[in-house]
Parts: sequence; C-alpha cells; structure tokens
Amino acid sequence: MNVTVLYFAGLREALGCDREHLVLPGHVRTAGALREWLRERGGAWSQALSSGSLRIAVDQDVAGADTVLHGGAEVAFFPPVTGG
Amino acid sequence: MGVRVQTEDFDLSAEVAALRAGRPNVGAVACFVGTVRDVNEGAGVASMTLEHYPGMTERALEAIVAQARGRWDLDDCLVVHRVGTLAPLDQIVLVAVSSAHRGEAFAACEFIMDYLKTQAPFWKKESTSQGARWVEARESDDEAAARWR
Repeated sequence: MNVTVLYFAGLREALGCDREHLVLPGHVRTAGALREWLRERGGAWSQALSSGSLRIAVDQDVAGADTVLHGGAEVAFFPPVTGG
Repeated sequence: MGVRVQTEDFDLSAEVAALRAGRPNVGAVACFVGTVRDVNEGAGVASMTLEHYPGMTERALEAIVAQARGRWDLDDCLVVHRVGTLAPLDQIVLVAVSSAHRGEAFAACEFIMDYLKTQAPFWKKESTSQGARWVEARESDDEAAARWR
C-alpha cells in the first residue's frame, strides 16, 4: 500500500526528513510494523525511531503500534507534544 | 465554539466580548492566557518557535473542547494558539470558557489546558544563551491531565 509519512520537531531534525511517500512491503500493515521497517534503514533512523516516548498518529488521530494502516493513510511520527 | 491556530497575536478583551455577545444566559467566563517566559530549565530564553501539525492540531483542539462540553454544562469555548517565533512577554495561547455558573467555567478551562498540554501537536524550540534546543515534555503535565480521568 502507499502511505505518506510525516516527521515533526526534533525527530525531523534527527532524521533530516520532514515527509516522504512510501510503498510498503506486504508484511508492513500496522504503524508499529512501519516504524520497525523504517528503523531497518539504520543510523539515525534506527536510533531516533527507537525512542520509547515516540508518538504516532494515523490520519491525524492519535494511534499506537497496533493501529492498522490502509492505502493512502497519512502516518506521523513525533516526540511528546509541548504546546500551551 | 472556536478553535484557531494562528501566527497573529490575540486581544483577550475582544475575544471575550465576542464569546459572550448576546448571551444573557452566561453568568461566568473563565480565561487562561499562556505567555512566553524569559527563563526555562536554567537558561535564558531569547525566543521560542512553535511548530505544529496542520490539520491534526485543529482536530485535536476540537476534540479536547468536545470532551469539555461533554463533561460540563458550558455555553461556549474558545481556544486560540499561536505558532511561529515568539519572544518573552508574548502571548502564546488563550482558552476562554463561558457558562451559567463559575464552577463549570473554571473546571473546563483548566481541563482544556491540561489536555492541550499533553495531546495537541505543538512543539516548542527555544533559542537560549546555550544554543537552540527543543523543549522537553514534562511529567507534571501528564500528571495534570491524569487528574481528570
């Protein structure tokens, strides 16, 4: 499936990437699986995406590792929020 | 009901006046204004830049307000949150809640702020005397939000 992945704040800086469009391999069906697949790139990807406090959103709603993805989904990874 | 994310400053007086215009059933308006401080975590802060997730930010704020309206009997709610680069003394965020009586207004205003601090996708980057750094989320904010569960 095709997904758009967005990276925000300190995570974006660590990865040097703010967004990308990806075609996922068949076995990547959840947000958690996507995260692990991205970590396989190694280097900063492996490190930054392993943070225990990493947050995930799918289609602009709060999501978790088990959230199932669909074609055309917008997935976002970001650090804990600090607004207000 | 209003939720706005904007770079421009807001006028508290004008926003409250608009919130309760023509609402004689309203007996209470509670407001919170968040402002930029010049010191954080031991370092002087020269400026702060707020980033957000366009689309999800508004959605998250609307969801937070909807929760408040479900829990308390409110007349209206307004959340205005600025983004972009701000300086010490600048206003960052406004939460205003109107209701018949003060109990609901005070509680809902605090609730909305506590949830905004933990759920709305904004991130702050500070420019300090020691360099630029991303502000870290605080456990006290998670604890404040947890109080409401």
